[in-house]
This record gives sequence, structure tokens and C-alpha cells, in this order.
Amino acid sequence: MNRARRDILDGIRRGLRGGRAPDPEMLAAVDERLARHPRDLIPARVDLPPDRLVTLFMEKAEAMAATVGRVADVSGIPGDIAAYLAGHNLPPEIKIAPDPALTGLPWESRPTLTVKSGAAQDGDVVGVAMALAGIAETGTLMLHSGRHGPTTLNFLPDNHIVVLRRSAIVGPYEDAWDRVRAAGALPRTVNLITGPSRTGDIEQTIQLGAHGPRRLHIVLVDGD
Amino acid sequence: MNEQRRTGSADSTAGSRHVGFFVTCLVDLFRPSVGFAAIALLEKAGCRVAVPNAQVCCGQPAYNAGDRRDAQAIARNVIAAFETFPYVVAPSGSCTGMIREHYPKLFAEDPDMRGRAEDLAGRTWELMSFLVDVLGVTDTDAPAFPRKVTYHDSCSGYRELGIKAQPRLLLAGVPEMELAEISQPEVCCGFGGTFCVKYPDISNKMVTDKAEDIAGTGAGTVLGGDLGCLLNIAGKLKRMGATVEARHVAEVLAGMADRPGIGDSEG
Amino acid sequence: MQPTSHAFVENARDALANPKLHRALLNMKAGFQGKRAKAVAGLPEFEQLRERAKAVKDHTLAHLDTYLERFEAKATASGAQVHWARTGEEACDIIHGICQRRGAQTVTKGKSMVAEEIGLNAYLEARGLNPVETDLGEYIIQLRHELPSHIIAPAIHLNKEEVADAFYDAHKDLPPDRPLSEPRELLEEARGVLRRIFLASEVGITGANFMIAETGTTVIVTNEGNGDLTQVLPKVHVAVASIDKVIPTLEDATLILRLLARSATGQEQSTYTTFSTGPRRHDDPDGPEEFHIVIVDNGRSALLGTEAQETLRCIRCGACINHCPIYAAVGGHSYGWVVPGPIGAALDPGLIGLAEAHHLPNASSFCGRCESVCPMKIPLPSIMRHWRNAGFEAGLGAPSFRYGIRGWAWAARRPWLYRVGARLGRWSLRLLARGKGRLTAAPLANGWTKWRDLPAPQAGGTFHDQWRARQRGAGGPGGAGAGA
Repeated sequence: MNRARRDILDGIRRGLRGGRAPDPEMLAAVDERLARHPRDLIPARVDLPPDRLVTLFMEKAEAMAATVGRVADVSGIPGDIAAYLAGHNLPPEIKIAPDPALTGLPWESRPTLTVKSGAAQDGDVVGVAMALAGIAETGTLMLHSGRHGPTTLNFLPDNHIVVLRRSAIVGPYEDAWDRVRAAGALPRTVNLITGPSRTGDIEQTIQLGAHGPRRLHIVLVDGD
Repeated sequence: MNEQRRTGSADSTAGSRHVGFFVTCLVDLFRPSVGFAAIALLEKAGCRVAVPNAQVCCGQPAYNAGDRRDAQAIARNVIAAFETFPYVVAPSGSCTGMIREHYPKLFAEDPDMRGRAEDLAGRTWELMSFLVDVLGVTDTDAPAFPRKVTYHDSCSGYRELGIKAQPRLLLAGVPEMELAEISQPEVCCGFGGTFCVKYPDISNKMVTDKAEDIAGTGAGTVLGGDLGCLLNIAGKLKRMGATVEARHVAEVLAGMADRPGIGDSEG
Repeated sequence: MQPTSHAFVENARDALANPKLHRALLNMKAGFQGKRAKAVAGLPEFEQLRERAKAVKDHTLAHLDTYLERFEAKATASGAQVHWARTGEEACDIIHGICQRRGAQTVTKGKSMVAEEIGLNAYLEARGLNPVETDLGEYIIQLRHELPSHIIAPAIHLNKEEVADAFYDAHKDLPPDRPLSEPRELLEEARGVLRRIFLASEVGITGANFMIAETGTTVIVTNEGNGDLTQVLPKVHVAVASIDKVIPTLEDATLILRLLARSATGQEQSTYTTFSTGPRRHDDPDGPEEFHIVIVDNGRSALLGTEAQETLRCIRCGACINHCPIYAAVGGHSYGWVVPGPIGAALDPGLIGLAEAHHLPNASSFCGRCESVCPMKIPLPSIMRHWRNAGFEAGLGAPSFRYGIRGWAWAARRPWLYRVGARLGRWSLRLLARGKGRLTAAPLANGWTKWRDLPAPQAGGTFHDQWRARQRGAGGPGGAGAGA
């Protein structure tokens, strides 16, 4: 295995610079770039005040077939979810991420709703997760794995509900990456999610609900 | 404007508008009228035109076949034949693209020749582009052409040289002519030089799509700026039994569209 | 994976005679091209982003050894196991070893072009494993035992009736009279069948669109969510990626992601872009316990420093394929290997050898549309020309064509001889046209006249003869340079 590694790297060096190892300046340039991770060109469409970013996020998410429910504060989340379930004739059962921000919500205000938390299992119909960020540039949600964030919730259930705080909406992806870095080392999984799953593999006709969720609903929470 | 249309060597600026005309092999062999139409347009725009006798082909067939050495040898001849002209003009985007874009690459390892190739590249223009972009011509005073026409953008002209608006600008000045665009004017017709005889079946599929697109516009004439594409398109239209005639755009702009269309009977 | 690229002409002839294929390929013209154009028009910075992305990837390739080493160090530090494979065989062997150690039987696969390239499915099947493709298009072609015909739409050559037939054949446990006439019904059936396989899978294999050196992260980009189910459910996740997939930072990957989906499907962003760093952490509720990354060379390092190096900027978006009139005429299978279209014509000779693939760079009209839409600005026609040069030097291609070109070129260096030849050619063609203005057959021009008429030369002599006659008649004004 080490031999394969050496042969490949030697082959690269032969092609690039006649077999020579990189000189110290080249190494320094690479390490400097990795340490500084400079931003490149960012589309001007995100040069907006925070209010307009929220509008852009919603427009872009809806254009990709997500639905957005808006609530004034966290106490409104159970109601919005209950209304979503009723609107789609879904059984009143949800699997939520084991995140205090979700488990601590006033679910008791919806006594008919069965709420379980944890990773998704086969048969879970609705999964509810917390977004780390909403990226207005393309209406994209950023979620991440961790003690509070099972990744299966984002993919196994037919209905994917994501709670997004208004304060978590950023303009470009780069701002979202800064939030990830601020939280420490990268988690196992960072998901960027734009709309529900889809395919065009049969005669180029777009069908929603391929292997992942059939629907994506975003609960946008204005206040904290 | 008038000054630009003045003819003859009496023009005080004629010295700087001395044009070496690159005929191209296909015009030489198949359709000399395109050459005369192009020269008429150039002279009308105030150019003094010469046709160096030492020219033959630009070498593109060899170049595209991967025969680099022969392409270089041919290119040397062309570079020498046109060394003294402030401008070189060809009625073809393909041959112009060869000289402008590819001659310098052909001599990438030969500093002396590369310099000469780059020099020629900088002086060489496709006809429509030269008239509009260099001379600022906006109207060729063409006589009426009372037909519905459509236009095929040849690949080299469009993608290598950015020729799209120029012929349309000049055609807009032709009285009684209506331009109906095809659905995909910039998609290849399948000529591709030797491609059409090396891979005839694929080329046929491409030119069939193109000919059907053209016939679908209801135009009576298809115009273009490259005789290679036009021979291919005309040949397919004739084989399909379509009545659309094919012409080089210069023929219409110079008022020399009285000859039969490409592939049409002279009898 | 045995290529049939050498039989391109025969493959293409079969494809051209297949009306079902052409009906399917029409969907591509209608879909991908218009959607891309709209997405590009919606992002004013698109052209600048192409330039920036090219620069980033050129920088990365110039330091490829270092970036791969940095990637490996970060990935290892995050708990991933990094493997290196010189060849496809080595890569398959590594992956098989991982499966075997875990006693795995059922293996799910996300869509991966490099896995197709190294023939991973066949390798695993031959050793008793059951690898299942989970991307809908890949699943369909796996059932039909075909290669993908397109790098982002593997089953684009098929109509829904052909998909239905494949499902009736494969899903024997379902009622034989169930309706499968609509894409929705086909999708629902595949979703149901594959969901059971996802849940039973013991090893999940994905490709990687990027390997991020800054963080040791691999990235997959999908729309269906199949890649994510592939990599989150089993205990083991194996990501297989070729050496050119490394990119410095999260910001650099972001830059290229702004181009990828727009160029591919015309989406602003694909539905799922997933960044994987190491295996599940000790307190993660789900995710794989092991994460293996297999870095494959398989001929790519030998392209560095050659004119084909720029193919390594490719991000496999398929834009060149979607806009290629040759591809639209003959479909992907004609190319005879896993990467078809313009990028295949530029890349395949470097990976499977010019002797096998020499038709691919030759079967191009050099229309240049591929280069004009390539988000990474790969000069595809120039690279095809590089292979044509190499092929001509090596004596590949039909001898009649080679001698024809050389003979013609010999004459084209001698103006007087060429003039005589032109006169002779003109005279014979006019004779054969017999006043009809065109020929329906001509010697040495069967390729042309099989399908179209050959316009006859105009009356009145070649241009040069007419011009000189005029100069003589007019006393020679404007004839400067003549006679040189």
C-alpha cells in the first residue's frame, strides 16, 4: 500500500517537475492557502440587508419545491408542524432530532401528536431536524451531524421538516462555512440540502421524491 | 459612411486599406462568384484588393488530420504570400480561424516563425467581421433581395471569431428581405472539413437535422459565411428534394445573387 | 471493463439506425441545454467564476502531490482510513478486502464514474458479493448489464418502456400485471425495491466529487438522496476517488459548486451536497463506524505535464456531452467506454490508450461548442487535436486517409501544381454533373454522395484563372503581389 502511495506521488512529481519534490516555497504556498482558506468571488446577489436575505432565501427554497412556514417564535413550531401534518393527511407522529432546541419545545400543547426523538428508523414518516444555517444564495439548508443531529432523519422519512432560525440565515455559502468552523472540527457529516429529493433519470422528466424525502418543509422562526 | 463606400485607389486612405485577399480552396474550386462578391464589397468599402498568386490552402485539412508537419509547411507558404499586406481578408470563418487562432499554435516551438504567424494572425480578418468591425460599414447598399432567408452561423466564425451580429447587421440593410432564424443557428451542420467524409454517417445525421431546421423556417434561401458548410447544407437540401437555395452571404450583400444557388442547375 | 472504442464506427452505425435511441436523445436537447442556458443567464458572475475555477484547479494540479499528502493527513487525523491504488485492479482489490473483512454480502453503491471505470461491480460480483447501484439511472443500466451512456444521466438512452421491461424482468416477486407505464410508477417501484436493499446493506460505496485537503473531507453531490442513504446506513462507508478530485479548501469547493449544477442540470444547486469527514463520532446517533477513502490513479498521473493535463480539471458535469452534436447523433455507448462525448474524446485515449480510442478524438467536427460550455474551460478540441497529432505520428487511422492527406498536402505546397489540380478537378466534376448543377455520385467521394448531393463547380473557371484573366484584360490594376 505504501508502495502504491509512493509510486503515485512519484508519478505526479515526474509529470509536474521532472521528479523533483516540491521546494519549500511551494509547500509554504500550499500550507498558507490551507490555513487562510481565502474566499473567492462571491455572487453579488447576496449583497443584501438581513431582511432581504430572508426573502431571497424563501424565494429560492420555494423555487426548488420546498415549502416554508413562518412562525413568530419557537412556541409556534409545534403548531406549524401539526398544521403541515394535517394539510398532507399524515399520521400525527414525528421523529425529532435529540436536540434540546427541539426536545424542549412545548409539544404538550399538541396532545394528539406523538413525538419521539433519535435517529430515524425504517417506517418513520416525518423527521424533524435543526438547521445550522440557511443559505440565501440558493435557498439551501445546512445541517450537520453530532450528538444532537442524526443524519438519517434527513434522508429516511418521506417528509423532512427543518427548523431554521431567522438569525441563522446567511447570504453566501462562505458565511455558513465560517459558522461551521466556529463550532470546532468538522463533524462527520455536513449536509447542504436544497429542496426535496428528485430525479430526472427516466426520460428527463423531473420527479420529486426519488430515494430521499418526498417533501421538504422549512419552519422559519423569526424570534429566538 | 459614404467615404467608407468610396471605391478605387484614389482614396487617400487606400494605402492603409490594402487588402490581400485569401480566396480559400473551396471558393477557388466550387464558387468563384463568392470571391468576386467579396472583392466587390471590399472595393466598395474603399479597399485596394490584391490576390497573391502564391496562395493555396490554409492547411487546415492537414492540421485537423494530425499531420502537423505538412500543416506547418503549408502555413509557411501562406505566411510568406501575405507578408506585405496590412490586412488579409478571407470569405470564410473557418480558414480565417485557422490563420488567426491556430497558426501561432502551429509554430509554438519556433520563435521566429511564431512571431511571423502571430503577426499575420493579427492582420487577418473574416470578411463580415472586417467590413463591420474594422471598416465600420453598416450598410452595403445592396439591391433588393425579395425573399425570406435564414442564416447558418458556422462554428469557427461564431465560436472562434465571434461572428454573429455582423452579417445580420449588414443583411438588415438589404431591401425587401426577411430574415427568419432557425431554431439552433449555431449548432454544427456536420461538415467539419474531412470529418464529413471520415465519419459520413454521423455527419449525415447532423446535416439532416440542420436541413430540416432550415426547411422548417419556410425560408427560400439559406445564407452563411462559409462555403464548406454551405456545400454540405445545399447538398443535403438537394438530396432531400427541398427547394431552399443556399448562398454565401457576400453574394446577396454585393448584389451578385443572380447566379444559380449552390448546387442548382445553370441550364 | 473491456472498451469497444476501437469499434466506434460500427457502434455509431448501429446507434444511428436505432430510432428508439434518437427519441430518447431528443429529451436531452430539450432538457439540459435550455436549463443550463437559463441558469447561466441567472448568474451574472458565471463567466468570471469559470476563470476563477480554472485558476484554482490549475493551482491544485500544479501542487497535486502536496495537496494529496495534506488531504491524507487530515483525513487520517479525523479517523478515516486512506488507501492508495495505482490501478483499477488495485482499487477493486482494496475495496473487496474491506467488504470481505466485514463479511459483507450486500453492498450498496452511490453513482461513481471512477467505480465504473475500474469495473468495480464486475469485480465484486465475480467474488460472490452483491453490489447494487442505487442511483435510479445506474440501477436501470445495472439491470440491463450496460455501461452508463452519459456521466450524469446514465440511462438517457432509454425510453420508459425499456425501463419497464427491465423492471418486469428483474422484480419477479411483484405482481406481473402491475402498471409500469409512467415514470412515476417506475420511480415508485425502484424506490420500494431499493429501500429494502439500503436497509440491508453492509457496506456503502460512493464516489467523491471533491476531496478537500484543508479538512480531509470527501464530498458527494446528488439529487436523489441515494448517495446519502448509501453512506449513512451501513456500518462501513467507502469513498473511491481519483487523484484529480482533490481541492484545497471548503471555499474552493464552494466556488466550483457554483458552476457544477448549473452546468449539469441547470439547477442553481443540486439537492444534496454532502461533506463527510471521518467516521461517526463516539456520541453520534448514526453514521458508519468505518470510513475508508480509496485514492485511485489509474493512468492520470501520466497525463500531468502533457497536453492532456487539462482534462484533469474536469468536474464531470456533462455540459460538453449535453451540447455535443456528435453525441446527440450517436449516443454514449458508441464511444465504447465509460466516459463518452467530448470529455471522453479528450480523456479516454490517455486512460485506455490511443490505439484503442483513436477514433474518439477524430470523430469531431471541431465545432467547439463543448469548450464554450465547459465550466472549467478545458480546451477540449485542442486536446483532441493533440491526440490526432499523436495518432498520425503513430500511423493510426485508415491508410487511405493518411496517404490522401499527405498527397494533398504535397500538392498544396506547390501553387502551380495545385492550380492544375484544381482545374482538372473542376473540369471532371462539371463533366460528371452534366449540367445539373450537382452530382449524386462521384469517384472518391462516396462518403459524401452516399447521403447528399455534391454541388458542381460554377461555370467559368477557377477563381484564380478568372481573376488572372480579368487582371490581364484590365491591364493589371490591383494586381500587386500577383505572380509572386
